[in-house]
Amino acid sequence: MTQSEPILSARNVVKRYGRVTALDHADFDLYPGEILAVIGDNGAGKSSLIKALSGAIQIDEGEIRLEGNPVRFNSPMAARGAGIETVYQTLALSPALSIADNMFMGREIRRQDLLGRWFKAIDRAAMERIAREKLSELGLMTIQNITQAVETLSGGQRQGVAVARAAAFGSKVVIMDEPTAALGVKESRRVLELIQDVRARGLPIVLISHNMPHVFEVADRIHVHRLGRRLCVIDPKDHSMSDAVAFMTGAKKPPQEATAA
Amino acid sequence: MSDATSTPRRSDDYEQSLDESEASVAAFESHDLNWLDRVQHFLHRNPTMVPVIVLVASIAVFGFLAGTRFFSPFNLSLILQQVSIIGVLAAAQSLVILTAGIDLSVGANMVLMSVIMGQLSVTVGLPTPIAIAVGLIGGMAAGGLNGFLVTRVKLPPFIVTLGTWNIFFALNLWLSGAQSIRSQTLDEQAPLLKLFGRSVAFGGAQITYGSILMVLVFAVLWYMLNRTAWGRHVYAVGDDKEAAELSGIRTNHTLMSVYMLAGLVCAIGAWASIGRVGSVSPQSFQEANLQSITAVVIGGISLFGGRGSIVGPLIGALIVGVFNSGLRLVGVDVLWQVFAIGWLTILAVAIDQWIRKLSS
Repeated sequence: MTQSEPILSARNVVKRYGRVTALDHADFDLYPGEILAVIGDNGAGKSSLIKALSGAIQIDEGEIRLEGNPVRFNSPMAARGAGIETVYQTLALSPALSIADNMFMGREIRRQDLLGRWFKAIDRAAMERIAREKLSELGLMTIQNITQAVETLSGGQRQGVAVARAAAFGSKVVIMDEPTAALGVKESRRVLELIQDVRARGLPIVLISHNMPHVFEVADRIHVHRLGRRLCVIDPKDHSMSDAVAFMTGAKKPPQEATAA
Repeated sequence: MSDATSTPRRSDDYEQSLDESEASVAAFESHDLNWLDRVQHFLHRNPTMVPVIVLVASIAVFGFLAGTRFFSPFNLSLILQQVSIIGVLAAAQSLVILTAGIDLSVGANMVLMSVIMGQLSVTVGLPTPIAIAVGLIGGMAAGGLNGFLVTRVKLPPFIVTLGTWNIFFALNLWLSGAQSIRSQTLDEQAPLLKLFGRSVAFGGAQITYGSILMVLVFAVLWYMLNRTAWGRHVYAVGDDKEAAELSGIRTNHTLMSVYMLAGLVCAIGAWASIGRVGSVSPQSFQEANLQSITAVVIGGISLFGGRGSIVGPLIGALIVGVFNSGLRLVGVDVLWQVFAIGWLTILAVAIDQWIRKLSS
C-alpha cells in the first residue's frame, strides 16, 4: 500500500509529561484510502500519538505533515479545521444536548437573514435537516428524533452519532479511538460496517483498538506501537493475531522488513 | 468495499449467527404507568414546569387566603418590583451555574458598582452617563477577574468567588467610606442614577422601569442561550467540559465570556438597585448572593451545570416574591417567610433529583 505519498505522517515525535516520556521519537504514516490500525500494549503511547495527531496535545519535538505540508495543531479545533476528525473513546458528546446540537458543536450554522447576520442566530432547521441526512447516509435512522438528548440513546447509537459526526465533517482523515470497546456484539458489527462505509467514500481511517479480530478484519495495515514508538508495520494477511500480540508485548522480535516501513 | 461480507471469516465465526438474529424491534408488555410515574415523565421532559406549577399553586393559595388584596394590580406590580434586583442577579448567577460553577460575588459586585457609579457622579463630579459607563465596565472587569482566576489560575469557582466577594465588599466600604449617598443628593446631582426607580402606571399597577429591565435582561439572555452558538457552548461546557473541549469548543473562552457577562449583568443590576433603594447604600443587599442562588435553584437549574432553562430563575425569583408578599398579607411574621423559602429550596432540589432519576 505504499504506492503514493502518505496523507498524514509524523516523524521523530516526542511528548513528555514531566518525567514520563509518552512518545519517544515516534513515526507514523497513513496512506490515502486505507484503514490503518494502531495497536499496542497499555501505556505504549497510542493515546498520546492519537492526541498529537488530532491536536488534543502539543508535541515537544518532531514534525507532523498533512499532505506533505508541516502542520502544527494547537487545539482539536485546528486539526478539525485542517480536515482531521477524531472519534474519541469517550465520544466527546454532551449528554444533555440533542443529537443535532452535538453533531454541529463548534461549527453551528448561522442563519442567512438579518437575525443571523446581526444577532448571530443559529439555523436550527438546517442543522437538524443535515444531521438527519448524515445519519441516514450511514444507516443510523433507527434514531427517531434528531432533537432527543444524547443521554437517551443506547451505547451503540451514541457511537453511531460520534462516527457520523466525524464522517460528515472529516474531509481528509478520520481517527477512531477504541470505537467498539464499549459495545455489544451486534453494535460492534454495525460500527465496523460504518468504518468500512466511511472508507468506501475515500476517507482514510486510523483505528485504535485492542480487539484483534476487529483489527484483522478491517485493517489494511497494522501499526504496532511499543514503548512510545513505532515498532513495526505489518500486513494482516501475512501475520497472525498471535504474531501481532507477540510483537506488541515484546515476546517476539518483528521481521526486519516490517520495521523499515 | 464490502470486505465484511465477501472475505471468508477467520476464527471470528461467532458473529455469523448475527445474520439470523431477530430484526424486529423489542416489544415489552406495556405496564400501565401510575399517575406518579406519569408526572415524573412529564416533568422530565419539561423541567421548567416544576417552578411554573409551584408559582401557579402559590399564587392560587395566597390568592385564596388573602383575597383581593393579593390580586390587586398594585400588589402584583409590587411583587415584580421587589424581586427585580434579585431577579437580575439570579440571571447573572444562572449563567455561571449553567457552566457548573457558582458565583458568590454577584451581590458584592453589584453593590460595589453602585457605589462606584454614585461616587463618580456625586463626589468626583463626572457626568452621570460616564459614571454609569465606568460602573458597567467595572462590573464586567470584576467578572473578568473571577473568570481569569477560574480559567487561567484554575481555581474552583466557589473559592475564587468567595475571595472576590470579600474583596469587592472591602473595596466598597473603602470607596464609600461606609457612607450612603442620600436620595436627595442624587436627585440634585445625578437623577439619571435613579432612572429605574421611575414607574409607569398601568391600570392600578405601578410598573417600575426596574421591573421592565429585569424582564428584558432575561429575554436577552434567553435569546443568547437558546438561539446562538455561544449559548449551545455554555450548555456543553457545563454538561461535560472535557467533551466540549474535544469537540472543538474553546472552553476557557466560553467560561471567560460567561463570567464577564455575569459581571456586566451585576453592574446593570447595580444601576437598577440605586433606583430601587432610592440611595446608594454600601450596606444594602448583603444577602443578595444567597438569594440569587435560591432563585436559580428553585427555578430548576442544576447546580451540576448544563441543565435547566433561563426562564426558571425568573420564575424562581417570582416564587420568592409571591411567598413573601402572600405571607405578609396573611399576617405571618417575617421570620416564617425566611423559614418557608428555606424549605422551598430544599423541596426544589429534592424534586429535581427525583425527576433526574429517569435519565440515569
